[in-house]
Amino acid sequence: MSLLEVVDYSLAFDGFEGTHQVLDAIDLAVDVGETVGLVGETGCGKSVLAKSLLKLNDIPPARILSGSIRFDGRDLLALDETALRAIRGGGIAMIFQDPMTFLNPVFSIGDQMAEVIRARDRADNRKRGARDVRAAAAALLAAVRLPDAAALLDRYPHELSGGMRQRVLIAMALAGHARLLVADEPTTALDVTIQSQVLALLADLVAAQGLTLLLISHDLGVIGALCRRIVVMYAGTIVEDAPAAQLFDRPLHPYTQGLLAAVPDIGRPERRLAGIPGSIPNLLAPPAGCRFHPRCPLAIERCRRERPALRRIAAGQRVACHLAEPV
Amino acid sequence: MARFLLSRLGLTILMLAGLVLITFVISNVAPADPAALAAGPDATRDMVETVRKEYGLDRPLPEQFVRYVGGLLAGNFGRSVATGHMVAEDLARFFPATFELVSVSMTLAILLGVPLGMLAAVRRNHWLDHATRVIAVSGVALPAFWFGLLLQLLFAVQLGLVPTSGRLEVGTPPPPVLTNMYLVDALVAGQLDTFWDAFGHAVLPAIVLAFPCLASIIRVNRAEMIEVLGSDYVLAARAHGVARARVVGVLALRNAMLPTVALIGLRYGWMLGGTVLVETVFDWPGIGLYAVSSAIAADFKPIMGVTLLVGLNFMFANLLVDLAYAGLDPRLRTAP
Amino acid sequence: MTVASPDVAARLARLRVEHAGAIRQARLFVWTFARSASAMVGLVLVLAFLVLAAGGPSIVPYPDDATGAMNLAARLQPPSGAHWFGTDEMGNDILTRVVVGTRTSLWVGLIITGVAALIGVPLGVAAGYLGGAVRQVIMRVTDVFLSVPGLVLAIAIVAALGSGVLNGVIALSLVWWPGYVRLIEAKTLTIKHEPFVEAARAVGASRRRILFIHLLPNCFSPLIVKMSMDMGLAILAAASLGFIGLGAKPPAPEWGAMISVARTYMPTWWWYAFFPGLFIYLTVLGFNLFGDGLRDVLDPRASRS
Repeated sequence: MSLLEVVDYSLAFDGFEGTHQVLDAIDLAVDVGETVGLVGETGCGKSVLAKSLLKLNDIPPARILSGSIRFDGRDLLALDETALRAIRGGGIAMIFQDPMTFLNPVFSIGDQMAEVIRARDRADNRKRGARDVRAAAAALLAAVRLPDAAALLDRYPHELSGGMRQRVLIAMALAGHARLLVADEPTTALDVTIQSQVLALLADLVAAQGLTLLLISHDLGVIGALCRRIVVMYAGTIVEDAPAAQLFDRPLHPYTQGLLAAVPDIGRPERRLAGIPGSIPNLLAPPAGCRFHPRCPLAIERCRRERPALRRIAAGQRVACHLAEPV
Repeated sequence: MARFLLSRLGLTILMLAGLVLITFVISNVAPADPAALAAGPDATRDMVETVRKEYGLDRPLPEQFVRYVGGLLAGNFGRSVATGHMVAEDLARFFPATFELVSVSMTLAILLGVPLGMLAAVRRNHWLDHATRVIAVSGVALPAFWFGLLLQLLFAVQLGLVPTSGRLEVGTPPPPVLTNMYLVDALVAGQLDTFWDAFGHAVLPAIVLAFPCLASIIRVNRAEMIEVLGSDYVLAARAHGVARARVVGVLALRNAMLPTVALIGLRYGWMLGGTVLVETVFDWPGIGLYAVSSAIAADFKPIMGVTLLVGLNFMFANLLVDLAYAGLDPRLRTAP
Repeated sequence: MTVASPDVAARLARLRVEHAGAIRQARLFVWTFARSASAMVGLVLVLAFLVLAAGGPSIVPYPDDATGAMNLAARLQPPSGAHWFGTDEMGNDILTRVVVGTRTSLWVGLIITGVAALIGVPLGVAAGYLGGAVRQVIMRVTDVFLSVPGLVLAIAIVAALGSGVLNGVIALSLVWWPGYVRLIEAKTLTIKHEPFVEAARAVGASRRRILFIHLLPNCFSPLIVKMSMDMGLAILAAASLGFIGLGAKPPAPEWGAMISVARTYMPTWWWYAFFPGLFIYLTVLGFNLFGDGLRDVLDPRASRS
């Protein structure tokens, strides 16, 4: 059985100009122990999808149109706040994009860690004294390889570097021993050298603790480094889902092909980079049929009318394209 | 931190000097002749000249200014030409009454405003939000003097719940003088009856004075709370399973309090200004009433004294607010 | 209406396309404003008081009462069909006097905010744009004025000039400008460092061009918002001066002065003080709500406090 199962999930945001169809019929299953990368351009809905897994989108303006999300066999959309609290951090943990804004500027690192640890304790019906909580916080900071963890507890976010802050956020996510770790652009705001350190840390944690990982990024390089399976999103839809090696080797969806062609390759500087012509569609009035057809070099009449279903084309590879042929 | 304090203190002294200059300039553009005023309506020219000499009004303006500043440094605010009283003594007598009133009002405004603003933010568009919005909106628009009259009409005259005006019942002797704040003095002396008497008298004027402040605390606290609740770090706390009540009541409140604290400093000054109206309506013998009666008599030394005292108070309050701010926001504490 | 010729229709269509951005912006303004019930209440109140101020003397039932006629037979009558708001101690119709007073109050508010903005905006721009010693001097003087509540300073000035409507207006104008210096200086400082201004400077735009094309237009929204809010507050301050006996003098039909007299007739003749106060309240409320709504539309990032 899958640990996470998203079925036919559609979400919209209501605004001044009308309804934005942000997620459209998302189908996604993640098995225990898998490392899955979710890739797509900014605004394709990947962060909204991540927040949906913990029901963190404010309703309204968000509106769930259809579908279900099951975690460990339980229907998340049916849970109340109290039950959700046990899942948040305890079943599914999240790491966020910008480590500056996701830490509260007026509380010390220790206070913020303690808050999270206490929340976990409450969900587990456990009680600990202040000293134990502090020790637990220091242990978590040490687990993400932060030096001098005890002294760090009394520092404030603005006194830490970006990489340290991101490690603190990872430590918080580890507090509840969650089985699924959702990392939303965890390295985007960091310097390249720090990026690789944080990625290495994540890889080690996933391996050591047997975590299931859903890594969200617009950077195929980051995803390729950590994930065995890659899901490609475009304009609120999943267009391709395949094992990483297979996807890099033989992308089947024209969008995935364009995406790969746009990645610079240091080993082949002579290769001409190809962008994808056009821009992402307006989600107020998404294109009929396949949402990618206005930018697709291969589009045929059928693409304009009929929405392609996400079909299994090859072993472990699903593609939403009328033109994809079984291999 | 110490450097920050010192520079703020220096700035405060500079501003105080500027204020002294402004009040002096204002008092000397007057078309009215203060000497004639002091000598009375039936005085002969000679008598007016004598008074002029006596008050030093015949000296050139720069000299008068230097003498005035010299006096101020020695705690001498000059003499009222209308009553002949020393202004410093008058201020010492009237200011505690005003300070008492402002303190009660400020306490009321904070104790009600912060939770109401928070609740309104958490329960947006709930009836509670709409109810507090009525207070928040009308608070600034209600003319204090009119609102005071209405409250007197309803609670003092119609319902007879509280007295109409003054600080104590006519028969009640004031408590032994310590601070001249009756509430404090009565408590210190253990005179509970006098305390409740004074408290009853303070209720209506305090409510009227608190209202605009309450309104803006609610507005700022609500707006700030809404912004903080939409912030990334609140989202992160929720994602880690921290209960909503703790997110709102502990984590977000501290962030949301920052602008509210700044506002309280600002509003303290406005309240001191508001006492001018409230004390007039409720016959509250503070510096507001003193300023009004002096202004009507074109008696400048008391007006200058009140202006300086209020300015000094306001600056001091803002200094305290800066300190509180630094205590709440670690980003300021480590800043050079 | 005549049928538009195809030529006109075509031109209109072209205009609509060319100015699509502006039209969309305007529609967003109207949508945001109209969606807020309180902003609409404010708009209605402001419009109603503008109508009363314009039509004032010609629509009231007893025009002569406005200037203080004597009709002792009808003194201090409670509200009735003939006198909706009752009569005062001279037998004058309170409705008449209150409505006529609208014009005074609106003028007073307009002059105070206008003068304050005329003094404050240039100083604010100078402080924010020129910086250095100029800024230091301007801002320190502003701080001194802001260190005393406006009403207290205004009382001191009125005491020096002598009481009366005009002197009250002068005094309040003199204490009202520092707020504008603060607002405009802060705004100018932020805009000055916005990328688009830095870019303009990088390509060699002149100081004057940057000032008039970039800085001033961007100060416009917060300025309009502040002025509409201040209209109400200035009216309230002027009425306060009237109430404590330092502003307009009876029998001039000024709201604050009316309440000042009416106070001695409380509580028995409550309507005398009630209706002028109600008008002050509604006017100030109207401008406040209106300004609030404007801010949500024009300056959404500052929609707090």
